[in-house]
Amino acid sequence: MNPDTNLVPTPSQTVGPFFRIELTTDEHCVRCVVGPQAKGERVWITFRVLDGDGTPVSDAMLEIWQADFNGKYNHPDDSQPKPLDPGWIGFGRLATAEDGSCVLETIKPGRVPNGTLQAPHLTLAVFARGMLKQLYTRVYFAGDAANENDPVLQLILPERRDTLLARPDPARPGYWLFDVILQGDRETVFFDV
Amino acid sequence: MDSDVRTRVSVKAYARLPKGSQPPSLYKPYQATVKRAPLKPLVLLPHTLSEITGPVFGHEKVGEKDNDLTCQHPGEPIGERIIVSGRVLDSNGRPLPNTLLEIWQANSAGRYRHTNDQHPAPLDPNFSGAGRAMTDEHGAYRFITIKPGAYPWFNHYNAWRPAHIHFSVFGAAFISRLVTQMYFPGDPLFEYDPIFQSIPDERARQRLISQFDLETTQPQWAKGFKFDIVLRGPEATPFES
Repeated sequence: MNPDTNLVPTPSQTVGPFFRIELTTDEHCVRCVVGPQAKGERVWITFRVLDGDGTPVSDAMLEIWQADFNGKYNHPDDSQPKPLDPGWIGFGRLATAEDGSCVLETIKPGRVPNGTLQAPHLTLAVFARGMLKQLYTRVYFAGDAANENDPVLQLILPERRDTLLARPDPARPGYWLFDVILQGDRETVFFDV
Repeated sequence: MDSDVRTRVSVKAYARLPKGSQPPSLYKPYQATVKRAPLKPLVLLPHTLSEITGPVFGHEKVGEKDNDLTCQHPGEPIGERIIVSGRVLDSNGRPLPNTLLEIWQANSAGRYRHTNDQHPAPLDPNFSGAGRAMTDEHGAYRFITIKPGAYPWFNHYNAWRPAHIHFSVFGAAFISRLVTQMYFPGDPLFEYDPIFQSIPDERARQRLISQFDLETTQPQWAKGFKFDIVLRGPEATPFES
C-alpha cells in the first residue's frame, strides 16, 4: 500500500474524571450484556480495578465485547457460517463504584475460532482518569478445560496466565471475580493490539 | 492443532498504530498516570475475530435533538454558540457510516455538571454538557453546543486544562475504539498541558486541534469548527487463519 494514503490516526486522550455525565449515565450504562432470551449459561462477573498501590480505582469505565453462546459475533466481519443468537449485541459498559468494583451480567460465550478454537473469553477495555489510552485484556473462566490449549493464553508466561482467569465466587453460585490490577507484582496482562 | 473447516476463519487484520501517534501509558508530567500505568511489557496479540469485530449500534439510541446541547433545557445556555462538525474516517481514508459519537464538556465558565467538579465557577441551569450523534452515510457528524471554558486542576501548581470537548467514538472494530479530546485553535494553554503534550508525534497532536471554518459558520448565529477523526483501519488484504 502507498504509505501516502495512510492517514495518521487521531491520538487517544484520557476519559478524565467527568465521563459519567455522558458515557455511564443510567441510560447509557450497559450492566447486562444479554437480553432475557439469550441462550447460554448466565454468569455475573464482579470486576474490581486496583492501582499500583492496591488502591481501588473509583473512576474507571469498563467496556466488554463478546460473542454469543455459539462463539458468533454480531458483526459483518464475522464470516462464520452460523446464525447469531437472535437479538444478540454483545456489548457492555460499566463504571466502577467507590470500592473500585462493578458487576456485569452476561452469558459465558462460546468458543471463537482462530485456526484452532479459542477458549471462552470476553474482551475487556479499561478506561480511567490517569490513563491516557485504554488498556485491553481478556477475561477467561478458571477451570474451563479449553484454557489449556487457548492460543492467546499460550502467548503469556505461565506464571502470569492466571491474571486473566475469572474465579468462581465461593459465596455466590453463578458469580465470578475478576481483578484488574493496573500495576505491580500481580499486574494483569494487558495486550498490545 | 485441530485445524479444520470449523476452526478456519478469515480475519481482516488491522494496521498497527504508528509509533509516536499515541500517548504512552506512563507520562510522569501527568501525575495520575504514575500509579495507573502498567509497568510490565504488553503482550503482542495477533488479531482474531474478537479484536476485529465490535459493537454495531442502531439509530434507535440517538434522538433527533441529541446532537444539540443548546436545546436540552427551557432556556439557552450562556456562552459562545458553536457548530462542531467533521467526518469519521479510517486510516485508509474510508468514511465510517453509522458510527456512534458521544461528547461531554464543561460549560462556558469551565465547570462540569458533575459532583466531583467543585471549583468556584457557576453551573449553568440551561446546560448539561453531554450529547450524542451517529455519522451519516458519508461518515459525517454535526454537534451544536457552546464553547467550553478552560478550567483549573490539581496536577501541578497553577495547572489549567485548555478548553476541550471529550469525544468517544466506536468505529468498526473493538480495537478501533477511541476516546479523545478536541481542542480549539491557538489556545495559549497547549504548551503547559501534560495531557495534550503526552503525544510524541507533532502531526498526531495537531489532529486534536479543530479548525475554525467559515463555510460551516452560520451568519448572526454560530461559529463553525471542523474536527475530523481518523480511526485505525484494516490492512489491505485479509488473511485466513
